[in-house]
Amino acid sequence: MRLRRIKDNLAGKSMLLAVAFANSLVLVIALGLFVKSWPILAKESILNLLFSSSWAPLKGQFGFFPFIVGTLEVTAIAMVLAVPVCLLSAIYLSEYAHRHFRELVRLVVDIMAGIPSVIYGLWGIVVIVPFVRFVGQAFGHPTTGYSLLAGGIILAMMVSPIIISVSIEVFRAVPAQARETALALGTTRWEAVKYVILRSSRHGLLSAITLGFTRAFGETIAVLMIVGNVPRVPASIFDPAYPLPALLANNYGEMMSIPLYDSALLLSALILLLVVSGFNLGAHFALLRTERGMDR
Amino acid sequence: MKLRKLEETFFKGLMIASVSTILALLIGIVLVIALRGASSLNLSMLIQTPKGGYYLGRGGGIANAIVGSLYLSLGAALLSFLFGLPIAFALQKEYTGRHLSNITRLALDILWGTPSIVYGAFGFIVMVYFGLTASLLGGMIALTLLMLPIMTRSIDEVIRMIPLELKETSYSLGSTRFETTLKVIFRQALPGITTGILLAFGRGIGDAASVLFTAGYTDHIPRSLTDPAASLPLAVFFQVATPIPEVQQRAYASALILLVIVLFVSILSRLLSRRFSRHIVR
Repeated sequence: MRLRRIKDNLAGKSMLLAVAFANSLVLVIALGLFVKSWPILAKESILNLLFSSSWAPLKGQFGFFPFIVGTLEVTAIAMVLAVPVCLLSAIYLSEYAHRHFRELVRLVVDIMAGIPSVIYGLWGIVVIVPFVRFVGQAFGHPTTGYSLLAGGIILAMMVSPIIISVSIEVFRAVPAQARETALALGTTRWEAVKYVILRSSRHGLLSAITLGFTRAFGETIAVLMIVGNVPRVPASIFDPAYPLPALLANNYGEMMSIPLYDSALLLSALILLLVVSGFNLGAHFALLRTERGMDR
Repeated sequence: MKLRKLEETFFKGLMIASVSTILALLIGIVLVIALRGASSLNLSMLIQTPKGGYYLGRGGGIANAIVGSLYLSLGAALLSFLFGLPIAFALQKEYTGRHLSNITRLALDILWGTPSIVYGAFGFIVMVYFGLTASLLGGMIALTLLMLPIMTRSIDEVIRMIPLELKETSYSLGSTRFETTLKVIFRQALPGITTGILLAFGRGIGDAASVLFTAGYTDHIPRSLTDPAASLPLAVFFQVATPIPEVQQRAYASALILLVIVLFVSILSRLLSRRFSRHIVR
């Protein structure tokens, strides 16, 4: 009997240790990146770093502005393209489609979510880049195709699975009575969606979109392959851009010899981590609110 | 009335168009990669390492990247499992209170959302701190960070679905928490645990950004943990960036190999979870 007790105790203690490890990991990562990016933060003000456009590591100039703008713009394009398509798909699958069809599309979406980003990037080179080149020429913007727009299209495809699957969950969580009451009052199905379903699931949808946004914000390889990587603030969506993750991935190997360069690059990793974690926290609490709202 | 009907039809049309777009895109990705890849795929791609002049279009294959990727992901999956399973078990309320378990879930969700390039950079700092260079071990550490939250949270979700009566029965028979966890919960959650492991494995094997600085790249098959290791995603990435058409063609073949592995893992996880589900109590 005592042996069983001791075993139980030991197992419980070591599991708690593992839990402590998981909890400290977030802090350790943030702290490690902060310590490593301290040299540059100590030397220049953070505002200067964030809003200066001159990027010349050899001269000791580290202005992140073009990279931050590049990241935001490519993410914004992705969201503008993805959100309407994903929400409409999720509404259809949740409210109109037969259960079998819904499960089938869910399978497809799961597979899409599992495709490695490098394959999306390769597909972008084969399909999206020539397409954007063609569109650019049609609109009188000669372009190589390696551009903000191409990056945005690929990102939109990559974030669609998560937006769709979270949105379906959110729509399915709306009580059936709410739906039936609306329909019984004589609404069309779309009106039931518009006035009842969308309204009661807005927090959940917000978090679905935020999750998609954070995925897009930190995506590296696929974007790096097709966005052009020119460190200038892009003038149009047909211009190349240079998002933060791509900057980090492209330069990490060679930064050791230039002073402050590695510090600057790790600062970009820290910015990525903080922005993405901040939005994920927001999404988490938005979801919590819906769950609580549903309980009532 | 007619207007309302029109609105209904209009939006329904938009929805069907959206769903079709999503389906068409997936089919498009798989088809393009399969067709392009199949034309340059041959046996020597699979079983040979790059020979002299491989990157100029001469003979050899990418066995180094295939084996490297398998080593990296298997090692990382094992490490994640060793940490992840106890964490997932500990998230039951017998071990941690409601508060601590919710905070841990949140921490894991935040880790799940962290971009893999951040893991790559952090893994690199850790390696430099311990005096390691780009190696199989370094890559495994970075990949473990990436896989751990995915594996743990998916196992946790399955454990949460287990009916409470089952646990209560076990406790009322006088078993300890540990015995219940090992003999009841583990068995019940087995299908979910396999799915979780395979899900994390599939994500890990396809991730390029985390192994970019940590695992390095080499033409040889790694022999020890301190050797650098090639990986399939990076093989695709590097080969497509070369100006030589023959090498670019091989990037498509490498991508096809990667895609087949990922799809295989995904299908396998579905089949296994169905098979194991036969033995659980509902």
